[in-house]
Amino acid sequence: MTESHPSDEKPNDGGCKAPHVAHHFDSAQQQYDSAKLGMWIFLLTEVLFFSGLFCFYAVYRANNPQVFVDGHHFLNTPLGAFNTVVLIFSSLTMALAVRAAQLDRNRSVVCLLAVTILCGLTFMVVKGVEYKQKWDHHMVPGQTRIAHWFSDENTQSPPKKFQPDVQYVREHLEEAGHADLDDEELAQRIDNLRSYMGIYFALTGLHALHVIIGVGVLCVVLIMAIRGRFGSHRFTPVDMTGLYWHLVDLIWIYVFPLLYLIP
Amino acid sequence: MNKPLQSKSTTGSYLIDPPGLKSWLFTLDHKRIGLMFLVLVSMALALGAFFALLIRTELTLPGPTIVSEPSTYNRLFTLHGAVMIFLFVIPVIPATFGNFALPMMLGARDVAFPRLNLASLYFYVIGLVFFLLVLIFGGIDTGWTFYPPYSTSTVTPVILAVVGAFILGFSSIFTGINFLVTIHTMRPTGMGWFRMPLFLWGLYGTAVIQVLATPVLAITLLLLAAERLLGIGIFDPKMGGDPILFQHFFWFYSHPAVYIMILPAMGVISEVVSVFSRKHIFGYKFIAYSSLAIALLGFLVWGHHMFTSGQSQLVGMIFSALTFTVAIPSAIKVFNWLATMYKGSIGLAPPMCFALNFIFLFGIGGLTGLFLGSLATDIHVHDTSFVVAHFHYTMAGGVLMAFLAGLYYWWPKMTGRMYNLVWGQVSAWMILIGFNLTYFPQFIIGSRGMPRRYYDYTRLLEVNPEFTFYQIISTVGGFTLVGGLVLVAFILLRSLFVGAKAPDNPWGSGTLEWQCNSPAPHENTPAPDDVGDCYDYNDLEFDEQTKGYVMKQ
Repeated sequence: MTESHPSDEKPNDGGCKAPHVAHHFDSAQQQYDSAKLGMWIFLLTEVLFFSGLFCFYAVYRANNPQVFVDGHHFLNTPLGAFNTVVLIFSSLTMALAVRAAQLDRNRSVVCLLAVTILCGLTFMVVKGVEYKQKWDHHMVPGQTRIAHWFSDENTQSPPKKFQPDVQYVREHLEEAGHADLDDEELAQRIDNLRSYMGIYFALTGLHALHVIIGVGVLCVVLIMAIRGRFGSHRFTPVDMTGLYWHLVDLIWIYVFPLLYLIP
Repeated sequence: MNKPLQSKSTTGSYLIDPPGLKSWLFTLDHKRIGLMFLVLVSMALALGAFFALLIRTELTLPGPTIVSEPSTYNRLFTLHGAVMIFLFVIPVIPATFGNFALPMMLGARDVAFPRLNLASLYFYVIGLVFFLLVLIFGGIDTGWTFYPPYSTSTVTPVILAVVGAFILGFSSIFTGINFLVTIHTMRPTGMGWFRMPLFLWGLYGTAVIQVLATPVLAITLLLLAAERLLGIGIFDPKMGGDPILFQHFFWFYSHPAVYIMILPAMGVISEVVSVFSRKHIFGYKFIAYSSLAIALLGFLVWGHHMFTSGQSQLVGMIFSALTFTVAIPSAIKVFNWLATMYKGSIGLAPPMCFALNFIFLFGIGGLTGLFLGSLATDIHVHDTSFVVAHFHYTMAGGVLMAFLAGLYYWWPKMTGRMYNLVWGQVSAWMILIGFNLTYFPQFIIGSRGMPRRYYDYTRLLEVNPEFTFYQIISTVGGFTLVGGLVLVAFILLRSLFVGAKAPDNPWGSGTLEWQCNSPAPHENTPAPDDVGDCYDYNDLEFDEQTKGYVMKQ
């Protein structure tokens, strides 16, 4: 819907520019076109950034399929699914916010942006709950090291490998139908778990960073909306933020099945 | 030729308007940002050249000379490579001349996103600081390529360098986005794609690569840092990771990156060759399209860096075949430059001298690349100084020469001063001779088995006693080359104090940036409605009074 109304921002006639048009642009239309093209190119770099990770995921999964089978038992699929719904809903409210800005409905813009921000925060809180569970069971990559940085002990740096709660791992695998593991098999499973958690935290961590940045930008746009800066003459910031937010959502839509929904 | 502008800008020189240090630090003026980049990349060049001289001095005689530990030598060549690649050759031409000239060539008031442009400058500075921190913490010894598993196990501060390169990547992406958007949306109405100066086609191709390749390096370096810091097993074979995957990712960026370096350089040469031959550029569309062809083909050849890394024979053959295709657009450019010069009225001012250096040295660099692109010969010369020589003929012989050509070419417009042309020519000769003395012997000893990255070659002398002779020549050449660079710096800095005031169009160029005052005024002058052919020199004549070119009456 954002694509169909670029002509809403018409250049002013008579060479007198609107106040929001920067000095180096001839018209609001040129400024809008530049911003849009620049944003799409930036999103392209984001896609390539994540595609490096996805490419790595594909290679790693082809080489070590068992790592993914073992690892995904330890993720909380209901929470992941809930987060997926939250993000998709936030994309809807974001798109509606852009539409409202184009139609001069400033109150709606403010409300919809606020809902989008709340959804982003909800996502982060749920993500935080998931991360906390991993931390409690000693399954965060580099956890021993991170704990060492924040402790007062002045000992030598511990190994980078994390040592998960063995009893927890055994119980969890038994629930998933892998009963009667001997010690050697269990050690192998723990190694797999380490690799899996590395990938899990790399993918979801980078995605979460993008969500945080998105929420930050949304807050700025919300403040601008409260001050009444947007309308049919000018909605570029809402539109650009929307594009970014949709990309963040889109990446999660790939991350979720790749990590949580492994058969 | 472009029609003369109705009125020249009334604002003062961009150097003094607006005045004050703060106005420089927070400037959004593309010309100031370009000039500040020029100062910064020149410092990086000096730092990289300093390490190069240490390397050359060490290699002059067999056995340890100035370095007593092999690991110290490893740090020297790593720092030389990393500083030169990430801080000099990648940003040099887009960030300096691209920033300075691109909007003026379009008759635009600025680039599309001036704040992003300033951010690009500051990200460069932050990246520079990280590399200086690496120096303070003793340097790294992985080679500039950061190959794991060594880079995840060495005790040197790899993470600092990796983060520095990551941040410099942002600087590069910002420049790329800015140039793409500016060229797309801010061309004047009368300037179609094929009326653009060819320098802009070079920058356009560069920007495409910057935008498409740099994010992949960013994620790779981030994963490397995470692996080193937190032990996630992505590249480490002990944890099920794949070190070859790092090489694929790394070269997926770093091979296109050499075209980030060379494409804008080729753009500079296209401008300079035409202007100083007083003749229309030959084969405009071929040069323009070859920039795009190089940008696209450059993405398909990364595997030729991994012929000996354990990729399959079939993949090696495919990458080898694709590598040869890059020779075609490169050769198209060289042939067109030569055809432009043919029957031209060639003036050997310093920019043209360096452009000729470029064509000569890049020709050698490009042709020796074919030896490395063929599988069988590559196995023989792999990891020898032949590779070092090839790389430096293309990068130093290519990019550095084009940088100096561009520096001499745009200097009057950037500073408003003319330099001594005769001494400029002397510096071109000195650099040409020094360069060939440095690197040509490395082809010879490389093909006879002198490995790269060895600090002590005593044992090799049993079979090849002549190595010492060639190494001495190479070191003499290295000091001559750096001496030539110091001479260039001296000539240009001297011009700031005693140089004659530069005319508006000292070389008789047809592109728009030469139609304003020298130094350029704060406000760019807009393009005329009818943008003519920027390579048509028939309407320009030399004016004895101003010592510059003016429109014929």
